[in-house]
Amino acid sequence: MEAFINTYVIPGFWIIFQSVLMLVCLLLITAYILYADRKIFAAVQMRRGPNVVGPWGLLQSFADLLKFVLKEPIIPATASKSVFVIAPIISAVLAMTAFAVLPVAEGWVVADVNLGILFIFAVSSLEVYGIIMGGWASNSKYAFLASLRSAAQMVSYEVSMGFIIITVLLCAGTLNLTGIVNSQADGLGTMLGLPASFLDWYWLPLFPAFIMFFISAIAETNRPPFDLPEAESELVAGHMVEYSSTLFLLFFLGEFVAIILMSCLVTILFLGGWLPPVDVAVLNWVPGIVWFTLKAFFVFFMMAMVRTVVPRYRYDQLMRLGWKIFLPLSLAMVAIVAGVLQYMGWA
Amino acid sequence: MTAIFFYLFAIITVASAFMVISARNPVHAVLFLILAFVNSAGLFMLTGAEFLALLLIVVYVGAVAVLFLFVVMMLDVDFVELREGFLQYLPVGGLVGAIVLVELLMVVGAWVVAPGTVNGTLGEPAPDMSVTSNIQALGNILYTKYFFFFQVAGLILLVAMIGAIVLTLHHRPNVRRQNVSEQVARSKETAIEIKKVESGKGI
Repeated sequence: MEAFINTYVIPGFWIIFQSVLMLVCLLLITAYILYADRKIFAAVQMRRGPNVVGPWGLLQSFADLLKFVLKEPIIPATASKSVFVIAPIISAVLAMTAFAVLPVAEGWVVADVNLGILFIFAVSSLEVYGIIMGGWASNSKYAFLASLRSAAQMVSYEVSMGFIIITVLLCAGTLNLTGIVNSQADGLGTMLGLPASFLDWYWLPLFPAFIMFFISAIAETNRPPFDLPEAESELVAGHMVEYSSTLFLLFFLGEFVAIILMSCLVTILFLGGWLPPVDVAVLNWVPGIVWFTLKAFFVFFMMAMVRTVVPRYRYDQLMRLGWKIFLPLSLAMVAIVAGVLQYMGWA
Repeated sequence: MTAIFFYLFAIITVASAFMVISARNPVHAVLFLILAFVNSAGLFMLTGAEFLALLLIVVYVGAVAVLFLFVVMMLDVDFVELREGFLQYLPVGGLVGAIVLVELLMVVGAWVVAPGTVNGTLGEPAPDMSVTSNIQALGNILYTKYFFFFQVAGLILLVAMIGAIVLTLHHRPNVRRQNVSEQVARSKETAIEIKKVESGKGI
């Protein structure tokens, strides 16, 4: 009995505690990322943005949450009910699942698995189901067309994202996310004799891949300028037209958690995760989680800026960018990086 | 603990596989198929084949099943109508099923453990799991011993892909296409012409 408690019950509770802590932090951050998104959008357009609920509008997201939850959920009469209800749940749950393997600082991870990056890739490739199921189950033409568009878009950009991740893996030599960050401790900068700094991170040697990954991340999460699934001018509001109240909230939540995930992924793969920008004592004293959060927020800020300044793509332009430009370029990157690593003996 | 998870995954896999063939709505059938895929990935995970499990999800669930779902959603299949001729096709279907079953049994009967496996047993994976990771073990075999087969498999897939493109690509004449580089290269000088118009004369 004691052995059972020691091997299963205590570690089980420890894992549950870690997961719940991660989840609560994630949801809080999502609330403020939403607020930040609206504030940044407003500032660029010289508006004030949300400023009524709480000081400077800080409680706006919580007011929205209450409003969504208290509204009446409406399920269309012709909808396929079970699929209609399951779709947003899948969307939200899968987006949060990926955080199980995401390290936010040295050793701060719920499950430090060997194939972490592949796990995240697999889970994010499943996210498309929430959208397809939601669009189909609504039994509405707008929702269906939008979900088809969205699915095609996500599948297309996943291909080039996979290749870009492979270039990083070639350099890091591991699929473990902690290993990928730690392999960025020395690199291009230290080779030139400089102390460990932000020049060692993979954004510099893999600069084209970094830019392509950033753009693919925006396309993958259906953010503007690639928000064709919910192009208001043509498709009302995409695959969630028929959704209301909590079910809509879950879709919304899934979308924003996916955006945070992509920011974290860019941080881990290209911006050195929790490593300080310069290896000096003062900056090393700052906990890794602070650097991680700052970098991830910087990536999110850039995504928000892209959203404000770039006009929406046309659908054929989007597909052309994905299949005719990113796919060959990223494939070439894999060949070149592998060749250089092999030739120079760095592999 | 592993046994509990094994039975959980196994029961869901078999039950959803059954639902695939018994569901009335074709889209529901495909969704059950996806559930079966995900649960068999769980079974792979239990045996320690993490890489295969995740690859199953990425390739089959993330790509192949999405295309399935696309096609099924677009097709307007009336399954009630399809069911009407059920008894008529039963003998032929049963015969095909029996043949496949016999063939499967023959394959299982002629099963040989690959020569060169450690101890010649199936019980343990060739390199010990604690020494090499999944990917290293796979890569070591795939890129050395089975290198030729691996390359040929890639070539076959390439030929299949080219075949699919050739079959579906139609160049219709008299269709105005966009030339993107031409569009991008447009500048103020090439797009706008400023003319001084004298009043009362027009251009």
